[in-house]
Amino acid sequence: MAVSTTRAPVSPEPVRAKPSKRPRGRWLSDHLVLLLGILVLVYTFVPIGYIFALSFSQPTGRSATAQFESFTWNNWTTICEPEGLCESVKLSFEVSLVATLVATVLGTLMAFALVRHTFRGRAASNLVIFLPMATPEVVMGSSLLAMFVSVGFDSVLGYITIVIAHVLFCLSFVVVTVKARLVGMDSRLEQAAMDLYANEWQTFRLVTLPLAMPGIVAAAMLSFSLSFDDFIVTNFTAGQSVTFPLFIYGSKLKDFPPQLFVVGTLMFLISFLFVIAAEVWRRQRARSLRAPAARRSRRRAPA
Amino acid sequence: MTAGAIKPPGKAPVVDAPTSRRRGWGWLLLVPGMLYLAVFFLFPTVQLLFTSLYDPSGSYVQGYSMTWHFANYVDALKDNWNLFVRSFTYAGIATVVCLMLGYPLAYAIAFKAGRWKYFMLVLVIAPFFTSFLLRTLAWRTILSDQGPVTSFFQFVGLLPDDGRLLATPFAVIAGLIYNFLPFMTLPLYASLDKVDYRLIEAAGDLYSNPVTAFRRVTFPLSLPGVVSGTLLTFIPACGDYINAELLGTPKQYMVGNRIQAAFLTEHNYPLAASLSLILMAVVMVMVVAYIRRAGTEELV
Repeated sequence: MAVSTTRAPVSPEPVRAKPSKRPRGRWLSDHLVLLLGILVLVYTFVPIGYIFALSFSQPTGRSATAQFESFTWNNWTTICEPEGLCESVKLSFEVSLVATLVATVLGTLMAFALVRHTFRGRAASNLVIFLPMATPEVVMGSSLLAMFVSVGFDSVLGYITIVIAHVLFCLSFVVVTVKARLVGMDSRLEQAAMDLYANEWQTFRLVTLPLAMPGIVAAAMLSFSLSFDDFIVTNFTAGQSVTFPLFIYGSKLKDFPPQLFVVGTLMFLISFLFVIAAEVWRRQRARSLRAPAARRSRRRAPA
Repeated sequence: MTAGAIKPPGKAPVVDAPTSRRRGWGWLLLVPGMLYLAVFFLFPTVQLLFTSLYDPSGSYVQGYSMTWHFANYVDALKDNWNLFVRSFTYAGIATVVCLMLGYPLAYAIAFKAGRWKYFMLVLVIAPFFTSFLLRTLAWRTILSDQGPVTSFFQFVGLLPDDGRLLATPFAVIAGLIYNFLPFMTLPLYASLDKVDYRLIEAAGDLYSNPVTAFRRVTFPLSLPGVVSGTLLTFIPACGDYINAELLGTPKQYMVGNRIQAAFLTEHNYPLAASLSLILMAVVMVMVVAYIRRAGTEELV
């Protein structure tokens, strides 16, 4: 955001200085990119539209590849009717919440250690953190299963082992996300706090943590969505437990309950509203912070 | 949703970041996470290595005996090399198309969206809010024989009248492209957003045409995003088996399908383990070579 808004006042001048030199095709090419971008976005929403439509489709007894036959509200009023559907959604929520919490805490600590401190073996640590991201999910899932089986965990495969697996693949993403935020943070703000007689803990609580928060929140949200949506690793580590993705996978082979599309639509709508609300809140906060921001940009402009 | 992750870090502080690093006991913060990775990632991987060397004549029920049976790898490759080739081909094509789709999108968001920037970012992630299995199943309906895409392709003559899209490599690759597009778009956006637009304008002021400006200024500056985007797309696409299973037939199966079947239905652990390790090793070699070549350390 900062890039476009704070710089906007700087750029028009040189551009306007010689308008005749601007090739005429540029207006078109500028808007061509935007148009292309919007087309790609439309494409990504096509299946969402299908899911929305299919949630109102009267089941015909055939598989889910059947086309939209006739309209009905029934699927929306009988969401929990297919056996195990709502239980699987609940289990997915529980797993994702716990996995997100653990991964965010562990990953944030690691990010702080890596960005803020020097020690032997930092490069090696970075490599170890990168490795899980470079491991295809099917390999991670199978190695975890092999380990659980060999240490005699196969009897307790389920909630615990799913959470263990989910924390594992979320952890690296949390470290990378929080690290990106910390690297870009202005450490002079903390130095200023210390100069103003804040002790280490006050500096951390009142300056460092609030500044790092957007990164931490983003990491947590990323973890939650990765965890909630994961199928491959979960399929290996779940034993008899059924999360929502496992439920979908299991029911694709037999009768495919259209209530699945209702849950899919609901998930989309709820998280969309959530994000929009967060954005509105962000804009209001940004408005209240605008005055100091403008001052800062003026200072930076000559450079 | 991940707005914080893709937010441009501030510009000024990078310069004095190293000086703010402290020696001392800060590395202790790393310990819990590293222990976790050691127990649940490094240890299982080593164990997978041992599993891959078990005597293949054992079984899940009777147990396996360790015979350092390196021939497992030879057998695994001999029977499944075509799956590996297919996986890397599909994943490679999907990655390239994702780059071609994701770049204009990320560019539009970073430079052209104006006040709609964050809204467009939300829209990039929004399809993610619905389970990817459901989205893939939706594609199965869209690409089905009676579906609109097949009819259109038949109408314009790209497909013969009895031709189909579902159960072809096209469908599997299209599924991969769709499912991994945000993994490409977001890092690209993060990188492009850090690019100082005045540099691109400067190129224009210096009489460079838009194509040259893009080739010489914009694209090189966005290279870290291109590298992490292609990696984040290619790596999961190589190991994916859902798209091949839901949108393809056994003729389009990828190596992930084979590993999953060997592990979960055949209980042939030595075979599954050697396939997994070959996949991991090949991906690792490709990733390291690629990072070296691109000369960026954004991810590592």
